Amino acid sequence: MKKRIAGSLLTTLLTPLAAHADWEVNMTQGVTDLSKEVYGLHMAAFWICVAIGVVVFGAMIWSIIYHRKDRGVKPATFHESTTIEILWTIVPVIILISLAIPAAQALVKIEDSSNADMTIKVTGYQWKWQYEYPEEDINFFSNLAQSSRDAATDPTIDPASVDNYLLEVDNPVVIPVGKKVRFLFTSNDVIHAWWVPDLAVKKDAIPGFVNDMWAQVNTPGTYRGQCTELCGKDHGFMPITLIAKEQADYDAWVAEKQAAAKKEKEMQTVTMTKDELIVRGKKVYTTNCIACHGATGAGVPGVFPAMTGSPIVLGPVEPHIDILLNGRSGTAMQAFGKQLSDLDIAAVITYTRNSLGNDVGTVVQAADVAAQR
Amino acid sequence: MNAQAVDHADHDDHHHGPAKGWMRWLTTTNHKDIGTLYLWFSLAMFFVGGAMALVIRAELFQPGLQLVAPGFFNQMTTMHALVMIFLALMPAFVGLANWLLPMMIGAPDMALPRMNNWSFWILPFASAMLLATLFVDGGAPAGGWTMYPPLVLQTGAAFPMLIFAVHLLGISSIMGSINIIATIMNMRAPGMTYMKMPLFVWTWFITAYLLIATMPVLAGAVTMLLTDKYFATSFFSAAGGGDPVMFQHIFWFFGHPEVYILILPAFGIVSQIIPTFARKPLFGYSSMVYATASIAFLSFIVWAHHMFTVGLPVEAELFFMFATMLIAVPTGVKVFNWVSTMWQGAMTFETPMLFAIGFVIMFTIGGFSGLMLALTPVDFQYHDTYFVVAHFHYVLVPGAIFSVMAAAYYWIPKWTGNMYDEKLGRFHFWMSTIFVNILFFPQHFVGLAGMPRRIPDYAVQFADFNAISTIGAFGFGLSQLLFAYIMIKTAIGGKKATSEVWEGAEGLEWTLSSPPPYHSFSTQPIIK
Amino acid sequence: MEDKAAAGKRSMRALLTKLFVFPVLMFGFGYLMVPLYDIFCDLTGLNGKTGAISSAQASQMQVDTSRQIKIEFTSSINQQGNWEFRPAEPTMLVHPGKPYTTEFIAVNKRNEAVISQSVPSVTPNKAAAHFDKTECFCFTEQKFDALEERKMPVTFVVGTAVPKDVDRITLSYTLFTKEPG
Repeated sequence: MKKRIAGSLLTTLLTPLAAHADWEVNMTQGVTDLSKEVYGLHMAAFWICVAIGVVVFGAMIWSIIYHRKDRGVKPATFHESTTIEILWTIVPVIILISLAIPAAQALVKIEDSSNADMTIKVTGYQWKWQYEYPEEDINFFSNLAQSSRDAATDPTIDPASVDNYLLEVDNPVVIPVGKKVRFLFTSNDVIHAWWVPDLAVKKDAIPGFVNDMWAQVNTPGTYRGQCTELCGKDHGFMPITLIAKEQADYDAWVAEKQAAAKKEKEMQTVTMTKDELIVRGKKVYTTNCIACHGATGAGVPGVFPAMTGSPIVLGPVEPHIDILLNGRSGTAMQAFGKQLSDLDIAAVITYTRNSLGNDVGTVVQAADVAAQR
Repeated sequence: MNAQAVDHADHDDHHHGPAKGWMRWLTTTNHKDIGTLYLWFSLAMFFVGGAMALVIRAELFQPGLQLVAPGFFNQMTTMHALVMIFLALMPAFVGLANWLLPMMIGAPDMALPRMNNWSFWILPFASAMLLATLFVDGGAPAGGWTMYPPLVLQTGAAFPMLIFAVHLLGISSIMGSINIIATIMNMRAPGMTYMKMPLFVWTWFITAYLLIATMPVLAGAVTMLLTDKYFATSFFSAAGGGDPVMFQHIFWFFGHPEVYILILPAFGIVSQIIPTFARKPLFGYSSMVYATASIAFLSFIVWAHHMFTVGLPVEAELFFMFATMLIAVPTGVKVFNWVSTMWQGAMTFETPMLFAIGFVIMFTIGGFSGLMLALTPVDFQYHDTYFVVAHFHYVLVPGAIFSVMAAAYYWIPKWTGNMYDEKLGRFHFWMSTIFVNILFFPQHFVGLAGMPRRIPDYAVQFADFNAISTIGAFGFGLSQLLFAYIMIKTAIGGKKATSEVWEGAEGLEWTLSSPPPYHSFSTQPIIK
Repeated sequence: MEDKAAAGKRSMRALLTKLFVFPVLMFGFGYLMVPLYDIFCDLTGLNGKTGAISSAQASQMQVDTSRQIKIEFTSSINQQGNWEFRPAEPTMLVHPGKPYTTEFIAVNKRNEAVISQSVPSVTPNKAAAHFDKTECFCFTEQKFDALEERKMPVTFVVGTAVPKDVDRITLSYTLFTKEPG
């Protein structure tokens, strides 16, 4: 209880600073009961350190000022005292125990994911997140927003002019407020970590294994976070945007997502013109391919092959579809068969074959891809 | 490795004076020559690693990608850590040990002089191999110095070079450590009992044991990576029944003792310097020894605090939290002892003392954030953010590196026979201290506010503190040119130093002339 | 004098032998950590490693009908490969001590034979140590013909000693593709 008071006291002191978000100096209190408890522990530990620091540095500064040779002092000769040594072993132990007990209690609560209301499975990819709602049959990928991607690389765009630079995604994950949401974490390739500070949830996503963590958000709002385990080149470019909605709004979102998925499925049988495919393909390319193969298709020599003039892109279409569907083992080329629809794969193949310096002329339709699945 | 073959030839030359010309340095078995080689090598690598840090900070000066591509940025963070840890800091401490241990315990030289030559000369080859990765296909390793699989397995042609460089560096430091242990156990002057050894000797004694216990474990871990990548084993691949998290356990079983390998000798240095300038014996000598030993012991049972977010059972998280918090106790004892040594002394503030005091204050700040990081539930918020970056840089830069600089200023008059420029030395201290805080203190803030580490670009709300931090980095980097200048100038010439050098200095090394004779103690001194 | 020097040399040699052997042993210890880790995981359920028991053992367990635990099934496909892989039913209610069987459906969407290896993982940790399988497609590699669809059964039992606060257990399989063969 005391820690709560200490915490809120500091918050009051820091309010003028916090209003100016650019100079934020402290941890967020977050929007869950546990995130507030964690914040309280953080502040308690902080003030204990400040108190110890005042005593230790105070003694040091005192002797630096008063016990100096140019004041003509004669040095004392004492060099041990068992009493004092025992004292400053025991007192820290007591302080540590007083800190360890509430920390242990909070930890036990955090690790208790029982009685959850719903489950969301989060899968890390180089470099995006996939969210699956098994009970609602919702499944989507969440990529860095295009506006951030442009601003990062284009020197003419000021990142400050972009809303939520590097913290915005195309498809945010949505949860209902007041529900205990259990997150399952796993990864498709390397280790990632999913972190939303306001939820005080950070957990590694490890390929082949599943971790769990939970959160119950009390206040509707948009909460942002980032991947926090180095996962390769674009580790800094796979943010998390989480929106907590009132139950009714959440239900509407679920219905909308399900309807969109149904519509997308119907699109798979449509035949598109070359230009339509190129337009769609360009979008798919910038979201999924640009990180490795580059905006101009130049790739990264020695690491990621170029698209421009690539023998696969210029060659027959079947192996090209195959590499997109199945990936290439031993390289960073993922199997996009499970990530992208037939239409998107057809579109991006048509795009790469007819732009980025290539002019093969081939048009690939969703049906062609479906035939090779 | 070729150096090993070459230096077989003339191992008897340590009976005479130094050989002439550059062959002196190639074939030397003299502890002072080897110490000098280690220290200059370390200084050079300090600038190489520092240059990489400046690339990182320059890119982070503003939001947006301006200077380097994200892939290269990751190569810089990875290489900066590897260079600073394995090529700058560890060789610096080994160099100090080489120079000082025989003089402090009253020995003529190290116990195994020829092996000493090998331990050093492996280093340049290993370093060349590591640095050469910057120029191979796919660039240098970019998966972080912690080399976590599966990410590290995506490294290109640099991968085997990285592994072999780590092997060679490991062999070098294991040989160095064996030498140090053998020297301390067998070469002490009559009457120099264990509990009379200077603290620098004690801390290195314990550090050497940590090294021979943990470097082989690291070698094992990276060998497993190598076979996983090229020989179809699956230690760390779930597909073959392995587990990538197991690598983290093995790595940090090495890695946490490694952290203390980088700080225990620093404790020793500071424990030598503070009594000299306080003109008062070290407070609580024996408790210092016991505290060092306890820290070394605890370092083996806290490794999982580096991996609280991998999904450990709650019981394990509790155990590692409690064990980690416990380290604060012996560490606290050390800090209290240093402060008590100053208490009622008659202090003067020459450059070594300034660096030592700076060490105590700023290392303690790093210790405070370490205590906060120990609390598992809060660590979930701190983990892999700039708060962690600030924490370990506080213990490593104004901690370990300041202690090396303190040592350099403290003993360089003994080594060269020349006094360094006191005015410049103090200026160097103040520049370093001011800039190191501008550099690292704001990183606490951005970390708490939510900035992850190892990212080449960041959200705009972190911009101001990052800009400040970058200014601090360049200030700190430039200040170190001053350090190199002072050291080179002192090595060449300057005011002659007396044998005692410092008014309050105690210890056998101060009974030798400045500079000391080529073979430190030809006749062993008797300690009462 | 001579004797003393010789004795010193001998003790030095003994010390050096110890000092050189020790790192070699520690190198071995690094490798020893691999089986130690597996044992530790089996005991504690660390990282969701599940146990395997015989069906005879499983049938001898007391069924605790007073408790009901929800088992969630989930599947992932790792990196390379073009598969469809899903649980036949997303959830199941079970009593501790009683064996249950469910199926995962895998479809090889490649036009060539492929070998797969499925890796199980159970969460939460504290439940994993009490989650035993008597039969599982994950015990061995599975070969799939071109475009083959297969139902793969798994029989499991949740131990009666599973902690009281466990009300939901997730069984996850990640399907890895081995080199086409």
